[in-house]
Amino acid sequence: MRWITIKTLRAALTMWLVVTFVFFVLRATGDPAAILLPDDIDQATLEFYREKWGLTAPLWEQYVSYWKALFHGDFGISFRNNMDAFALVWERVPKTALLGGTALLIALVIGMPLGILAALYKDSWLDRVIMTTAVFGFSMPNFFLGILLILIFSLQLRMLPSSGSGTAAHLIMPALTLGTGFAAQIARYTRSSMIEVLIRPYMRTARSKGAGPMRRLAQHALPNASVPVVTILGFKVGELLGWAVVTETVFAWPGIGRLLTHSVAVRDLAVVQCIMIILALTMVFSNMIVDLIYGWLDPRVRVGAGTASK
Amino acid sequence: MTALPDTAPRATGPSRVLGKLSHVPVMVLAAMVFLIVMLGVTFFAQVIQPYDFDYIDLMNRMKPPAPLEGFTWAHPLGTDTLGRDLLSRLLVGAQTSMALSLLGTVLGAVIGIALGFVAAHKGRLWDEAIMALVDFQAAMPWFIVALAVLAFMGNSMVVFLALMALFGWEGYARITRGLVIAAREQGYALAVRGLGAKPRWIYIRHVLPNIAGPLLVQLTINFPNTILFETSLSFLGLGIRPPMTSLGQMLGEGRDYLISAWWLAVVPGAVIFFTTLSMSILGDWLRAKLDPSLEG
Repeated sequence: MRWITIKTLRAALTMWLVVTFVFFVLRATGDPAAILLPDDIDQATLEFYREKWGLTAPLWEQYVSYWKALFHGDFGISFRNNMDAFALVWERVPKTALLGGTALLIALVIGMPLGILAALYKDSWLDRVIMTTAVFGFSMPNFFLGILLILIFSLQLRMLPSSGSGTAAHLIMPALTLGTGFAAQIARYTRSSMIEVLIRPYMRTARSKGAGPMRRLAQHALPNASVPVVTILGFKVGELLGWAVVTETVFAWPGIGRLLTHSVAVRDLAVVQCIMIILALTMVFSNMIVDLIYGWLDPRVRVGAGTASK
Repeated sequence: MTALPDTAPRATGPSRVLGKLSHVPVMVLAAMVFLIVMLGVTFFAQVIQPYDFDYIDLMNRMKPPAPLEGFTWAHPLGTDTLGRDLLSRLLVGAQTSMALSLLGTVLGAVIGIALGFVAAHKGRLWDEAIMALVDFQAAMPWFIVALAVLAFMGNSMVVFLALMALFGWEGYARITRGLVIAAREQGYALAVRGLGAKPRWIYIRHVLPNIAGPLLVQLTINFPNTILFETSLSFLGLGIRPPMTSLGQMLGEGRDYLISAWWLAVVPGAVIFFTTLSMSILGDWLRAKLDPSLEG
């Protein structure tokens, strides 16, 4: 299918750009072997890795072997604890996935119904209250909301733990912090998308056929209104991951984000490089998943062979 | 110059501005006032500040802000662990954050608009290459790319500012390209071309003013994001670092004293929040004004 081919090519292009970017930035800043290996390493080991990673070869050969190393999961060694960088990062993936997934769920569960309500009662006081709340919601910096929540629920009311990830109670505040801003954005997109759908002729047709209000909403309005919302959601995954870095740091949540902040602070570049490439992969995959959902929600996309523009 | 006779009795000067403002919703007015104050701080922080922002007063450590018990009028917003005046630090921190974000937003806009024009004008390969870059930039979370670049290159003001400038340029590029392609075929552009004007002249003199509205709206979307970008990085200790200060840096520092001196984090956090909020409110209002067909 042409549509899928184009999407796959796009994804491959993005991955290629990211890897190339990392490759050149690493080399622009000095000897990658010295950067990717611990500082106190002896000369013989350094030479061994130079040889192994092919750093003595011409640049284009290095480029090829860089790709080869990546395919073998060889991202260098974290100089902080001499662990394989990939293993170190991989260990953190489930924590970030749990936080991000819960936040996304919160965003959808709060944002979609509020957006639908605002659209159904457009220009009423309810609409105004929801939309004003939404503006406040997405203007709220993540780190500030997190700190306010800690102040209120951990330090004042002593209801929730302020850091760590042991129990479900630990998940509540970080997920809310990460989720509310997105809930506000989703509410806005859902509202404008619903308003557009509600005035379409097929909505009138559905009513004249005798479909009840709930059926019209669930069967006719929602599937059509959710198409742009899903698209936006795809673009927002990157933003979500960016904010996860901040949220994880505020709540000492042991995910990739906190590892990244720490690794950047101590310049543990092997770990930073590994996180970058795993993130790029995540982005590419989530975009592909969104494209697939998109095609499933809106069959015209499949026929249109990727001519849909953003 | 002689004034032309005005047939309709219209108010002029300040009263006319006031008349126009009376139609503006209260929330938007409040947002405007707040942003004007922030702009004032950006330019005059050193004039207003009661103390030097780094002045250490160990006799007055951890003083609470004004209405709270134990405050002193010498430090209306209180002091931090070293007895530095919070108000003075706030003014200078806000100045740094605002100046950097304004500069970053403007640079990003210039880069984006220029590339958008090039893509629309040159077409073909240029267009493809620039749009591929736009897609790449939109696909990668720039905040995380910035973290990686700071790790690779080390933290310096030049790198930091470059990262802020490159943040969000793709939005301007995409909008400019689309609008230019659409505007080029409109009557006024064709007419000027017919008169023999050079393409660059047409773009700058005629097309740019005509597409300024949507670009301005993009600016109001980009600016709060840029300020959040700066404050987040500084909050993590990876952007603006002591001895300099910014709103994010203050918040990050204050986070360690939530139990003993919560205001050290809450006050700068509130300023960041009200800045982004004001800009969003203003942006929404502008968008509705400039394009009534847009909803939400």
